[in-house]
Amino acid sequence: MEYTLFILLLPFLSFLFLGLCGKWLSHKVAGLVGTFSLGAVAVLSYLTAFEYFTADRVNGVFETLVPYNITWLPLGSLHFDMGIMLDPISVMMLIVISTVSLMVHIYSMGYMHGEKGFQRYYAFLSLFTMSMLGLVVATNIFQMYLFWELVGVSSYLLIGFYYTTPAAIAASKKAFIVTRFADMFFLIGILIYGYYCGSFGFEFDAEGFAKGAFMLPTALVLMFIGGAGKSAMFPLHIWLPDAMEGPTPVSALIHAATMVVAGVFQIARLFPLWIQYAPQALSIVVWVGVLTAFYAAAVACVQSDIKRVLAFSTISQIAFMMVALGVCTEYTTGHHHVGSLGYMASMFHLFTHAMFKALLFLGAGCIIHAVHSNEMFAMGGLRKYMPITHWTFLIACLAIAGIPPFSGFFSKDEILTACMAYSPVVGWIMTVIAAMTAFYMFRLYYGIFWGTENKELHAHHTPHEAPLTMTLPLVFLAIVTVGAGFIPFGHFVSADGQAYDIHLDPTIATTSVIVAVCSIALATYIYKGEKQPVAEKMRAALPALHRWAFKRFYLDEVYQFVTHRIIFAHISKPIAWFDRHVVDGFFDFLAWGTNALSVQIKGLQSGSIQKYAYVFLLGVLILFLIVLI
Amino acid sequence: MIQLEYVLIISAVMMFAGVYGFLTRRSTLAILLSIELMLNSTDINFAVFNRMLHPEGHEGYFFALFSIAISAAESAVAIAIMINIYRMLKNISVDKLEKMKW
Repeated sequence: MEYTLFILLLPFLSFLFLGLCGKWLSHKVAGLVGTFSLGAVAVLSYLTAFEYFTADRVNGVFETLVPYNITWLPLGSLHFDMGIMLDPISVMMLIVISTVSLMVHIYSMGYMHGEKGFQRYYAFLSLFTMSMLGLVVATNIFQMYLFWELVGVSSYLLIGFYYTTPAAIAASKKAFIVTRFADMFFLIGILIYGYYCGSFGFEFDAEGFAKGAFMLPTALVLMFIGGAGKSAMFPLHIWLPDAMEGPTPVSALIHAATMVVAGVFQIARLFPLWIQYAPQALSIVVWVGVLTAFYAAAVACVQSDIKRVLAFSTISQIAFMMVALGVCTEYTTGHHHVGSLGYMASMFHLFTHAMFKALLFLGAGCIIHAVHSNEMFAMGGLRKYMPITHWTFLIACLAIAGIPPFSGFFSKDEILTACMAYSPVVGWIMTVIAAMTAFYMFRLYYGIFWGTENKELHAHHTPHEAPLTMTLPLVFLAIVTVGAGFIPFGHFVSADGQAYDIHLDPTIATTSVIVAVCSIALATYIYKGEKQPVAEKMRAALPALHRWAFKRFYLDEVYQFVTHRIIFAHISKPIAWFDRHVVDGFFDFLAWGTNALSVQIKGLQSGSIQKYAYVFLLGVLILFLIVLI
Repeated sequence: MIQLEYVLIISAVMMFAGVYGFLTRRSTLAILLSIELMLNSTDINFAVFNRMLHPEGHEGYFFALFSIAISAAESAVAIAIMINIYRMLKNISVDKLEKMKW
């Protein structure tokens, strides 16, 4: 499997080439270079997956392969390694990342056509893909952290792609600072992990882990905070809705399918440790996830910017994956071991969600491309103009709502089963949130494709279907979304690696389908018509609730208050004063003193040779006298 | 036979004439002449000490020869500098040469 190195190398080389020479390339060449290198990466990833999953199992488990592992920085007994590790979840992630990234590359050729900085855009896309791929194949937690930060940097660059708009700059800074703040905890967690367990690696059967067991819950929770920042868990989710300022394909790539699942992936990677050493701490993951899922779904119900609805739906769905990981209580899989189902369900949902959420975002990109606005009032009645976008969007909405036979149904159903087994309370809350998901997605769908057409706006410029480069990825992702549910996912990925047959629990499956259908019916009743009397009445009946939800429960304002009024005003300002006046003042004084002394003694340097000679002679005479005496 | 002291007195007079000239003359050319005077007084000292105190050796004579050669080279450089100064300032008086202060 030595060729896996090229999976990382190709996008990196493409980044270097486009970044350094992009200036002299035409848009078309730059786009093709990026797309073809990503195409090669996708082919290699599929090849890797094929080879990996067709290899023989050892004791019923797919062997973990490490084609490369170089000791990069030795530090006494500890060492930082760099390498490539292939195990079921990393191979699964390779497929997700390369597929979505390839679709985004193809799509961007149409979407970003003629934009200024097109080559730069492709360079950053390559960098992002490289970092994310490096993150999933990391052989140790430190390499993961390294690529984790690279992912943060490239997302900063991509969100701030339109660097002339103040909103984009603010959004990119917000994303960077919030995730960076969370990463600080991740780093502390890694250091505790390395110090007490004596290793950064993922070989959890080593004896160091038993020795460091008493510190592991702390380390894991700190790492979870880092993961929560990247995966936009409450209350560190504030960066994600703003990150929609970047180009739409970027939102599809980063903020829907790949980057935000890094936190979920991190927990999945360290899952054996969580189960073995910190099972109580997993309940933190559960409740943070539940709260986030509910909060994001509630906010998504009232937003009017279509990308923002999708952003909150992403937060909610990622929280589903977190909850699924959190509800695991045991490591062994099998028919009588429902406790480990959540792990498989979470990874399955990660896979299907990546596909349909990328589809939704790319569809939203087509719509924005057609009407030149993100706001729902500019849309309505678009189904006549954009048939392909309409149908693919509908498929994705059905999938996320959990209607069989679309992929979202299968994965969400497994999550609900796992939650029910953990505690009926969590199970029912998650069912309600699933219903809310179906409701807001169909509110979005009807708002865009049905309802009143904005004739005034469309008079200047009739909306039209997007070009082939943009519709092709939509169709491909729609096909994947339809088919992905039938993948026997449990055979590839499960908590302990043993093959596991997914079987639907009929009660839960029926309940969730009925709930989803009811929500869709409700959304149809409220939002399908030309006029929406019910929605108006609801808004009039509960104005405060609507305003609170629309303003995202004022969380951004709380952050603004805490950072500006408390931290900046009472901590940062005094420190800044101390720095300006005391630290700088001391050095200013030194410089001033030297200068003043120089002015005093510069008269000695008169430039007149004979004066120098007098002084010299005087010196000689004095020395002479000293010698004489 | 001339006594050692007589020669040394002459050499000392030359030396101090040179020092006085160096400190008081304004023309760089005159300063150069004063430097030559000082050098020559030391040459005389070398020669006379060698002849009077160590007649069997030759080190003093050689030193004097060296010193003459070096002073010739030095005057060549000094005169070149003066010519350049003259080209710049149309003058070679030292009190006009204040470009090199602070």
